[in-house]
Amino acid sequence: MAGVKNRPLSPHLQIWRWGPAMAISILHRVTGNGLAFVGLGVLLWWLGALVGGEGAYAAFTTHASAWYGRVVLIGLTWAFFSHMCSGLRHFVLDIGAGFELQSNNFWSVITPIIAIVLTVATWATILR
Amino acid sequence: MGNGTSIGRVRGLGSAHSGAHHWLVQRFSAIGNLVLGLWLIISLVTLPDYDFKTVREWISGGIPATAMALLVISAFWHARLGIQVLIEDYVHEHANKFACMALLNLSAFAGAAFGLFSIVRLALGAA
Repeated sequence: MAGVKNRPLSPHLQIWRWGPAMAISILHRVTGNGLAFVGLGVLLWWLGALVGGEGAYAAFTTHASAWYGRVVLIGLTWAFFSHMCSGLRHFVLDIGAGFELQSNNFWSVITPIIAIVLTVATWATILR
Repeated sequence: MGNGTSIGRVRGLGSAHSGAHHWLVQRFSAIGNLVLGLWLIISLVTLPDYDFKTVREWISGGIPATAMALLVISAFWHARLGIQVLIEDYVHEHANKFACMALLNLSAFAGAAFGLFSIVRLALGAA
């Protein structure tokens, strides 16, 4: 497709001033793909280790309870809640609501905050 | 209904007519993930312990095994659709895009199959 590369390009990321909706949009993509690539891998490892027997499960929990394992698991919990909250925001936007500047900015800012609160609450309960 | 751009008409390419389907399934599987993902987190948080015996006994039960299998299907389906959009947005070269899509489809089916097979083995009590 030789001609395609010379087509005019529409203005991209660099010309826009960053706003909350843009940040939450890219955060939705980052957390979603993080969950897909890392989260599903950990899920399969966990399920496979449970099938594999006590030795395999012990190997999983050794890594999962080490500091780096905790970082990954807490990170995945945060990614899940973050993706969940921004996903729920998408459902609201899908029905055509929440596009007014004030409410759009408000929910864009509040969404990641709710995700952090839910993550902290979850791990506070687990480590209690 | 339009017929696409003039160059698209010449090439016999109009709308793919499948965009809405992708969009809808992304939402259906999102609802599945919302319910089942919250179920998994609440279940894990309320488990008394995370030792082998407790977790294995819990997941072998009928409802947890069924919910876990549904979560694997819903999550892998949702992830496959999401990563497809990522590839379409960032990989523009045709051969590379085809290779990425092939790898994505094979990985998504392989991962889901391994997950489901593991859950069946746990539920049926294989050692």
